[in-house]
Amino acid sequence: MSSSQAAPSGESPGEPNHTLRFTVIWVVATLIAMPLVIFVIGPLLGPGNGSEQASGQGSDYTVLAATATPVLTLVVLYLLYSVIFFRQPKGAALEGPALRGHARVQTTWIIVTSLIVLGVAVFGTVRLEAGYGAGSGSGPNPLTVPKGPKLPVQVIAQQWLFTYRYPTYGGVETTHLVLPVNEWIELHVTSIDVIHSFWAYQLGVKADANPGVDNVVFVKPTKLGTFNVRCAELCGLWHGYMSDKGQVVRPTAFASWIQQAQKTFAPATKVLAPYSKTYLPEPTRRGE
Amino acid sequence: MFGKKLLGVGFAVALLGVLIGLYVATWVTSQPPAVAAASAPASSGGNQLTLETVAAIGPKYSPTHPDWVSYLVRNNGKWIHSTIFTLPANSVVHVTLYQYDGDSGLRNPFLSQVQGTIGGTETIDGKVVDSINPEEASHTFVVPQLGVFVPLPGVPEEAKNQCEFAPCEGAAHRTVTFSFRTGKKGRYRWQCFVPCAAGYLYGLGGPMQTVGYMSGFLNVV
Repeated sequence: MSSSQAAPSGESPGEPNHTLRFTVIWVVATLIAMPLVIFVIGPLLGPGNGSEQASGQGSDYTVLAATATPVLTLVVLYLLYSVIFFRQPKGAALEGPALRGHARVQTTWIIVTSLIVLGVAVFGTVRLEAGYGAGSGSGPNPLTVPKGPKLPVQVIAQQWLFTYRYPTYGGVETTHLVLPVNEWIELHVTSIDVIHSFWAYQLGVKADANPGVDNVVFVKPTKLGTFNVRCAELCGLWHGYMSDKGQVVRPTAFASWIQQAQKTFAPATKVLAPYSKTYLPEPTRRGE
Repeated sequence: MFGKKLLGVGFAVALLGVLIGLYVATWVTSQPPAVAAASAPASSGGNQLTLETVAAIGPKYSPTHPDWVSYLVRNNGKWIHSTIFTLPANSVVHVTLYQYDGDSGLRNPFLSQVQGTIGGTETIDGKVVDSINPEEASHTFVVPQLGVFVPLPGVPEEAKNQCEFAPCEGAAHRTVTFSFRTGKKGRYRWQCFVPCAAGYLYGLGGPMQTVGYMSGFLNVV
């Protein structure tokens, strides 16, 4: 607001008060945009309400979008305002007035933007941990752990398939992920070959799957139905095909399913290695 | 001056477009040919797919990568170097697979169990089994979208007359048979899950990352 035709020390005689006029336009536009962002765009931002963590992430995205709205409105409106009101008249070949610094505006700008960025960083960090690492994975030693019983499930990635191991059910391994609703799930995400990323979209879970690393995520599914599973790390030829549908079912249905899985996969369970939190790319009889 | 610059930029953009087009065209046409399954004998019905796995494809079938491990498919009495198979939808496919390669071991022993085949079994050298020793796995034939998982045991190290490179007829081998249902129309990828790419990091490069060797498509039509 300190540039060109709008002289820093005030408007030229006959000129409208641009500062006041622009401020009014900006405040009004922001008051209109904010409810639209919060109530119309926010619910569309995903990942939905498949779990407590997913719902939390949706709220976080809305908060971040709402925080960005006044800033975006300010920048866009100022650009438009300048184009309309500070345009050089046709045919005029005059140089504009010199641009000079304006300490108060610059200081305010730096302080406000710093506070916004720091605030958003603190908010993001706190919310990431409040979500029990669902959005990123907490590594092998999570800082926050939900109270109460949890169902541990190991997610094993390999080129190009996810399999799932249930250590509290005899270590049975399956090709599909089935989870009970309204129970805490303790996911241990790892890989047996290259780097992958386990992404259960509607549950709000996205965690790196690296060989030799136990990446822990806690999630509480709250909605019955299916969710999409895919790999979110470019991992080789069939990366694009590394996807599946997971399922959230009632606890009784889960009990029946896991019992059936134990029977179905009994031959494989017999030869599985003892449950381990991490694996390495072995054997490598033909590899280097 | 400006016109010349514009012409130069236009020419560079057009050249880049042509090069990208050539690259894409080469990539698309470099896919192996699709081979249709044969009709199975009337006694069994369905369709017959006859495959072979070899430790090295050899110069006859792949002059550029003669030492790569590979699958081949039989078509009209000849072995063809392809991993793209055309199968009818909602039909039974009987697979006979001649396995000429030695074992490498499964990285995930879970895949040593047969899944998704008719009866949940495979037949190895005449013996019906529902799983194999994961240490003895040489390759797998897996179609994840159809839920078909078939582990293939390797030729024992001590076997005489080991095959050096394709074609391997007459050499020591394992004969594996199984049947599965194709389901609805679509393009399903299939792959080997044994890290069998000799000489590559963790056995995962080269033939494991190239269609036409250890993976391909089932074109279900």
